[in-house]
Amino acid sequence: HIATSLPLPSERDRLRPRIDLIVFMIDIKSKCSLKNVEASLAYVDGSFFLGKVCFLVTGVGRVNCCSIEINAISKLGEAYCSPVLFCELELEGVRLATAQRLLRMLQICAGLVPGFSALSFSLLMRHSADD
Amino acid sequence: MDETVAEYIRRTVLKIPRDEIKMMLQKWGFLSEAQLQTLNFHQIKDNISLEVVQLCEENSADIKQAAVLDIIYNHLYQNKRMWSVYQMRKTGEELEYFDITDFKKKFKRRLRSALKNVTITFREYEDNAIWIRVAWGTPYRPPNQYKPSYVVYHSQTPYAFISASVLKSNLPLLCQALIVASNYHDIREMELRSHSLNSLKDIVFKRYSQNFQTYCPKPLQGRAVEAESVDLRIINENRSEKERIQRLNQEAFGDGPQPILQFAQYKLETMFKSSPEMDVLDKKEPFRCLVKFSSPHLLESLKSLAPAGMADAPLSPLLTCIPQKARNYFRIREKRGLAPESFVSP
Repeated sequence: HIATSLPLPSERDRLRPRIDLIVFMIDIKSKCSLKNVEASLAYVDGSFFLGKVCFLVTGVGRVNCCSIEINAISKLGEAYCSPVLFCELELEGVRLATAQRLLRMLQICAGLVPGFSALSFSLLMRHSADD
Repeated sequence: MDETVAEYIRRTVLKIPRDEIKMMLQKWGFLSEAQLQTLNFHQIKDNISLEVVQLCEENSADIKQAAVLDIIYNHLYQNKRMWSVYQMRKTGEELEYFDITDFKKKFKRRLRSALKNVTITFREYEDNAIWIRVAWGTPYRPPNQYKPSYVVYHSQTPYAFISASVLKSNLPLLCQALIVASNYHDIREMELRSHSLNSLKDIVFKRYSQNFQTYCPKPLQGRAVEAESVDLRIINENRSEKERIQRLNQEAFGDGPQPILQFAQYKLETMFKSSPEMDVLDKKEPFRCLVKFSSPHLLESLKSLAPAGMADAPLSPLLTCIPQKARNYFRIREKRGLAPESFVSP
């Protein structure tokens, strides 16, 4: 399901399946994008932040067009205890790899990987980032 | 043959891309087919141009023929020039019979009576367009062939498209000659400029696909927003919003291709509105500001703003009125009255 912002339109509530993972996409070239994500975060129930939220920063390939500081995004990730992934959608290889990573995360968040929960995965991600 | 003519022909040929030279010389028709056969079009352009000049020498070309070659080049590469639109007015309502010879005679006579040293060349094209090339001199100097002005006049319309040379001072003279020759009494420059001559024609002749206000009692459902193959596993939560934007966009811009404009310029002469505490401007003077939008294809990029999520739909009417109002240069002043809103000056 893709959406431009939260909250989701209520007319589709009954058509929606269970949500296992929310990926917030931030376009590094657009300040609006960050503002939009920050505003949308307010509509997310607290339980999602136990490993079911992830930030995906796109457009990192074009170094000259960065409008947002990486610092600000890292702080956002820390504040919401959620991992931050970086990718460049215009490169097919990176796009594919990122999609695979997200799918893996989704598998874990949906409980399809035995012995591994969303929470344990997010703790794992956090510790490896700190190192 | 005159040295200056030879040089002018040489430089004109040099401007033409190598693959097009043969075609243009054929269109020109000044050199015979036999002469064209002797030319080697596979050598470097420098040499081709010299050979062409040689052949023109044999045929004793003069500036009149050289000017025709220049018109042909500029007709093909018309989008390299910047064109302005002029509108003429006449008092009477009768549609007078247009006589091309009469037009040319009057035009030449009027121009020459004001300025002896001019080169005037005409060429007619199938779409009723008359191309006029004018090279300007002074009473003491021969015409400068390298900075001519071009006028494209469609005889059954009150519009003329002018690509002036850098020497803007000759514009009034050109306009005078135009109205005298075409039996109008008044001419004014419209606030409409573009590189694309055809797009300007589309706008003033209303040939672009206009949006007509149709009443839709129910929203158009199930319309494919994009033509690309949609993966059924992707569900767009904001589909109704997307469709709303599409609908508004279509109402504003119509369905067909947009005329090609490169700029939209808004000159603001409005008061600066700030919160009273800021008190930025002590004197209540209009805040002078110029906003210019530029793009290789401005209207198309404006049309894609809302669907791309970069602007809210509907777009400001100041942007969407451009083809209907046939202008892309605006002056916005304060509305004099109780509510200080801005309005667009005529």
